[in-house]
Amino acid sequence: MDRYVCTVCGYVYDPAVGDPDSGVKPGTKFEDIPDDWECPICGASKSDFEKES
Amino acid sequence: MQPVEIAKGIYDVGVNDWNIRDFHGYSIPLGTSYNSFLVVDEKVALIDTVKKEFADQLIDNISRIIDPKKIDVVISNHTEMDHSGGLARVMHRVGESKPLYCSKMGLKNLGMHFRQKWNYHGVASGETLSLGQKTLTFLETRMLHWPDSMFTYLQEDGILFSSDAFGQHYAGLEKFDDMLDMDIMPHAKKYFANILLLYSHLIVKLLEQVTEMNLDIRMICPDHGVLWRKDPGRIIDAYKTWSLQEPVRKAVVVYDTMWHSTEQMADAIAAGLKDAGIAVRPMHLRKWHRSDIMTEVLDAGAVIVGSPTMNNGLFPTVSDFLTYMKGLKPKNKIGAAFGSYGWSGEAVKMITQELEAMKFNIMDAGIRIQYVPDAPGLETCEALGKQIGMALAG
Ligand SMILES: [Fe+2]
Ligand SMILES: [Fe+2]
Ligand SMILES: [Fe+2]
Repeated sequence: MDRYVCTVCGYVYDPAVGDPDSGVKPGTKFEDIPDDWECPICGASKSDFEKES
Repeated sequence: MQPVEIAKGIYDVGVNDWNIRDFHGYSIPLGTSYNSFLVVDEKVALIDTVKKEFADQLIDNISRIIDPKKIDVVISNHTEMDHSGGLARVMHRVGESKPLYCSKMGLKNLGMHFRQKWNYHGVASGETLSLGQKTLTFLETRMLHWPDSMFTYLQEDGILFSSDAFGQHYAGLEKFDDMLDMDIMPHAKKYFANILLLYSHLIVKLLEQVTEMNLDIRMICPDHGVLWRKDPGRIIDAYKTWSLQEPVRKAVVVYDTMWHSTEQMADAIAAGLKDAGIAVRPMHLRKWHRSDIMTEVLDAGAVIVGSPTMNNGLFPTVSDFLTYMKGLKPKNKIGAAFGSYGWSGEAVKMITQELEAMKFNIMDAGIRIQYVPDAPGLETCEALGKQIGMALAG
């Protein structure tokens, strides 16, 4: 599963960890996160993320 | 510093840090101030504190206006320690159980700075707090320049308490823009270039949002330097211009040198740029502070970087500068590299790769000259300057 990086603050979304604080369970693919999810660090929207290279 | 009444019942109770010259790697020749604001209404609010070492001065300043115990609410617009360092001392004097307002990210971040279990109130954008006659509105400004950053707007007086935004590192007893006999704009520009540049796209959005909200802004009170009351629109317009990063006819030639060879190349490139009608300044990395160079980079259309090859690599100050500039993510730049070398000459390629990684528009593979440049070598440098200059002018 791909990791995604926030282009605003550098936070990395790791599917293995998820984002439990916002209700995203470990094991959730980036693509499966709801569209209104925000970067837990800086509040950027999902569209501000890029696949980690 | 004595408290300054900035509007009826509203005071700057902050302090001057006259002697600081290095602000985490950014040079501040005029020192700085940590502004803190006391709003005395039916309820009393304190907006932001100061660096830890100055907490007692802050409390003295507050005491000249009102007993600190009478403060009903403390607001933290930003967690960074130049504004939160005094919180422990302040909360102790004001009362550990008094409400402490901050953004939602402020809740997380203050918690990792202070272990006290304070009476936190995390606010969202648009939430208000009535002090009686006056009303405060909070506006989240995430990543401007920390996740926790927010503005506090005082409707009735049209005052925007803008945290670090619109600040300048300047220590002085004149608290307003219209009291200075110097131009403060270059210091505001330096602040933008060194602290905010990488978030330019967010600033564009924020300024649009503020325009849409139609806020009546009569005074902008940043946490550093002078307060903007004469024409707050001037600094807002400057932020618009700076954040768009539209290149002007200006170039910066940044370099270091061991035996003046790379220096000669820098001067020749600058001469070529000048010929093409471009304003240019060669900047030697051990003569200019990286933060001053960044201020020049802000609105330059081209950044041309030179390094001698030292021990098969970059000269250390050039690495330092490239790392610094990369983090600040300047946009819309033409780039090129140059440098003298003895036998291997890796530096030019290394610079070019770094500039490519910064998405600069690379005009040339770069110029390498072995040992001391001869006349044709310097002509090549001049020609490169001219070529870049014409691209900029075009
Ligand atoms: Fe982020
Ligand atoms: Fe800050
Ligand atoms: Fe600050």
